[in-house]
Amino acid sequence: MKFPIYLDNHATTPMDPRVLEAMLPYFTEKFGNAASRNHAFGWEAEEGVETARKQIAKLIHADAKEIVFTSGATESNNLALKGVVEMYHEKGDHIITSSTEHRAVLDTAKTLETKRGVKVTYLPVDKFGMVSPKDVRDAITDKTILISVMFANNEIGTINPIKEIGKIAKEKGILFHCDATQGVGKVPVDVQEMGIDLMSFSAHKIYGPKGIGALYVRKKNPRVRIAAQMDGGGHERGMRSGTLAVPLIVGFGKACELCEQEMAADAARLSVMRDRLHATITKALEEVYLNGHPTERLPHNLNISFAYVEGESLLMGCKEIALSSGSACTSATLEPSYVLRALGVGAELAHSSIRFGLGRFTLDEEVDYAAKKIIETVTKLREMSPLYEMAKEGIDLKTVQWAAH
Amino acid sequence: MAYSEKVVDHFNNPRNMGSFKKEEDGVGTGIVGAPECGDVMKLQIKVQNDTIVDAKFKTFGCGSAIASSSLATEWLKGKTVEEAGKIKNTDIVQELNLPPVKIHCSVLAEDAIKAALADYQKKADSK
Repeated sequence: MKFPIYLDNHATTPMDPRVLEAMLPYFTEKFGNAASRNHAFGWEAEEGVETARKQIAKLIHADAKEIVFTSGATESNNLALKGVVEMYHEKGDHIITSSTEHRAVLDTAKTLETKRGVKVTYLPVDKFGMVSPKDVRDAITDKTILISVMFANNEIGTINPIKEIGKIAKEKGILFHCDATQGVGKVPVDVQEMGIDLMSFSAHKIYGPKGIGALYVRKKNPRVRIAAQMDGGGHERGMRSGTLAVPLIVGFGKACELCEQEMAADAARLSVMRDRLHATITKALEEVYLNGHPTERLPHNLNISFAYVEGESLLMGCKEIALSSGSACTSATLEPSYVLRALGVGAELAHSSIRFGLGRFTLDEEVDYAAKKIIETVTKLREMSPLYEMAKEGIDLKTVQWAAH
Repeated sequence: MAYSEKVVDHFNNPRNMGSFKKEEDGVGTGIVGAPECGDVMKLQIKVQNDTIVDAKFKTFGCGSAIASSSLATEWLKGKTVEEAGKIKNTDIVQELNLPPVKIHCSVLAEDAIKAALADYQKKADSK
């Protein structure tokens, strides 16, 4: 076993060596500008890009012409929301999104509120982190121009009822954007079947390179138009100017092709591994709480809270394992995870949460080691915890008068 | 964030971790912080003839909070009650090289010392 062990695959993934191999020629001998129409260097680069476009489109059941390359999912989310608001502002000024979206959607929505006077509805989620299609329907007004709901949450892995939301959007004639950064390549995503009009995703979450992402923009039924947010050479059908990052795009394409072939097997293997990790931990420790949906969740995600133990100290005790926590202490804000808070998880348990993200290269023995180490560290930190001591003495922590600071 | 060597050392080898019986003679207990804020410290001192002869802590919080309270117990032992009251959070920040986002951990440790001293005093006065 090699240390440190990487179990933070929601943050990013290592690149698959097969992806790197596909990319390498495009850094050196095939270095052309895909927009150069008059020589072989340009044609070669363009061919690489168009092959990738097809590979990417195939994974999400789209047409290659509907893929717009961006620098990543953050840019895709910005382009989708800002581009739609700018293009359709005469139709209305209301958008609907959810409270557990990624910051790239939430902060873009906030900017649109303050700078463009757009009205935004932030839908609540249920205790498992799921958006209710009924809430979406009820929030629609005659001014609604866009619904933006994420495919799966990056912290808790909960998968939203996308197909049902897509159906409502279609029925009401409203555009539906989906941030599918955590879903694409991990579980089947079908823009046709799910009624998605715009979709953001990126390569580095699916064993591809960092710095490249895509926005799917539907071409028919309906033909979606967005206002470009970057002026320049009019690349990507005028929606996103800028010289195409050919090697990254080729890698993105290869990564999608591999996901299409291996996704089902990866998901089956990782969900068994994840369930074993969860079972081992809950068998050894009391008061461990699952955050997110028990079944409708990403196969490689586990998010749990360990009562009486603060998340950052737990990570510090397991420093040979790369994990992430919803604890405030791991962020600069001193506020615990807004996603967990939106689920109604108490602040004390939000501070105690740990996210495990397994991946294509995760080994059984790594997960077993992580389970053992977590159990040891939680046990040690609970011995050190005044809250655990009080709970053992039979004191109800909720009745204690704490001096908040 | 990278932790200073001293924080790591206190975290891995906490000094004086544990509890005294609250009602024991000469014991002062301070509990500060709140679970929803992500840190709670319990600091206890045992006083004989105006001198702190022993100290113990238990902390729910990040590594810096654990290190701050562990260090506080080390410093408290052997000090008189009056000297203990002079320990400042800035001393802890300096000793542990705490970054700005972790200064609140040292403040909490100072509060815990003050609370333990006040509890001891209250118990002594009521005799």
